Amino acid sequence: MATSAPPDRGLLADRELPSLSNDEIHRYSRHLILPDVGLEGQRKLKASRVLLIGAGGLGSPLALYLAAAGVGHIGLVDFDVVDVTNLQRQVLHGTKDVGRPKLDSARDRIADVNPLVELTTYETALTSANALEIFRGYDLVVDGTDNFATRYLVNDACVLLGIPNVYGSIFRFEGQASVFSTEDGPCYRCLFPEPPPPGLVPSCAEGGVLGVLPGLVGTIQATEAIKLICGIGTPLIGRLLLVDSLNATYRTVKLRKNPKCPSCGTREITQLIDYEQFCGLKPAANEPKVAELPEITPRELAERLRAADDLVLLDVRERFEWDIARIEGAQLVPLAQFPAIVPALDPKREYVIHCKGGVRSAKAVRQLQAAGFTKVHNLAGGILRWSADVDPTVAKY
Amino acid sequence: MSATLFLPAVLAKLADGKEIDAHGETVGEVVADVAVRFPDLGARLRDKDGTLYPYVTIYLNDEDIRFLGGFQATVRDGDELTVVPAIAGG
Repeated sequence: MATSAPPDRGLLADRELPSLSNDEIHRYSRHLILPDVGLEGQRKLKASRVLLIGAGGLGSPLALYLAAAGVGHIGLVDFDVVDVTNLQRQVLHGTKDVGRPKLDSARDRIADVNPLVELTTYETALTSANALEIFRGYDLVVDGTDNFATRYLVNDACVLLGIPNVYGSIFRFEGQASVFSTEDGPCYRCLFPEPPPPGLVPSCAEGGVLGVLPGLVGTIQATEAIKLICGIGTPLIGRLLLVDSLNATYRTVKLRKNPKCPSCGTREITQLIDYEQFCGLKPAANEPKVAELPEITPRELAERLRAADDLVLLDVRERFEWDIARIEGAQLVPLAQFPAIVPALDPKREYVIHCKGGVRSAKAVRQLQAAGFTKVHNLAGGILRWSADVDPTVAKY
Repeated sequence: MSATLFLPAVLAKLADGKEIDAHGETVGEVVADVAVRFPDLGARLRDKDGTLYPYVTIYLNDEDIRFLGGFQATVRDGDELTVVPAIAGG
């Protein structure tokens, strides 16, 4: 059960509510006849201002359902362009939108779903420099980002401004959802005080994600947003919902506000910090500099292969990825097996290591460097960039 | 005491499934029991010093063990431990 009571009559309890036109009454009739929503709830939805961070997998169902539900003002932050690999799950965008900014296709789609919604778009990466300015004035922030640095940024900005944060995140077949940063509830840092080191948790681009999963989790977030606005039900405050789509289980665990939390507990965090550094994505000023990762671009590699240079090309992806697409002449050594083959490699030869995008191969490069190899290169951008820059017959996946 | 450890898919591949039966008087002992059988999983549940990672939360019957004394929390027969790692996909 919830450890915190829902906000009394919702986030907009003290707001002067707009009236509904006859067209609006007609459009929202299924809400108006619904006990607990009714006319007052619909007027609260119309008065509400909700900021969505990300117009991707989670952002798609969020934007569609919150627009359809009649949220009066939606803000949308994204700087990405629609890619064909997005369409398996990002139902806000269509095939005709490939190559367009996501905010443009989102604007078209939202206008079609509900032309009464006022939409403000922010075509920018969310940063410590702009987050507070963007967030200010919104009743609710919904986190649909895809990386740890932005999640901690969203959390801290919400806590500083006192704006509830409807959280959701997904990986492969599983997801998490909760409501953070309410007056008495816990925040994201109470759940996970620090992020994992870079590379430990693969992204959806590396690890894959079931297309409907963001639909499941994003609609849970949309439901929570509507509940908070209307002041109905028992929100996911003080609870973490764990969704397992493969086992069809939904379980909740308790979340407690951590009195030592630097964000919502002791409130040591009084301004936004450098979240890239916090997430280990760049070294702190006082840390010793890590040796630079030696890289080779796909074009440089192609040139050297044409010149018949003596290079060993190692592919550290999984076999099922190798079966989808591969670079001619490469040898497959999945990363998990890599340490075992290192002793058998000749340190006098030159190695180029690649994976899908360059993250996993960087780990293999580090292993070889640690073993004393000096002629090692990471293929920048992996097989994806090889396909884009050198050989388009290699399938992108 | 006998408990069941529930794992997310990302960690289940390091063991032999999403549900593991394990034994111990405390959460720490249960985790140690699991780590003997699945060393790679053990390394994902606590660091070299035996400390809980700040990006992995372990629940004992739906309660965060950080609020129950961490790995010292007492385990009773039939208890359920759920491992929840940070994920960031969206």
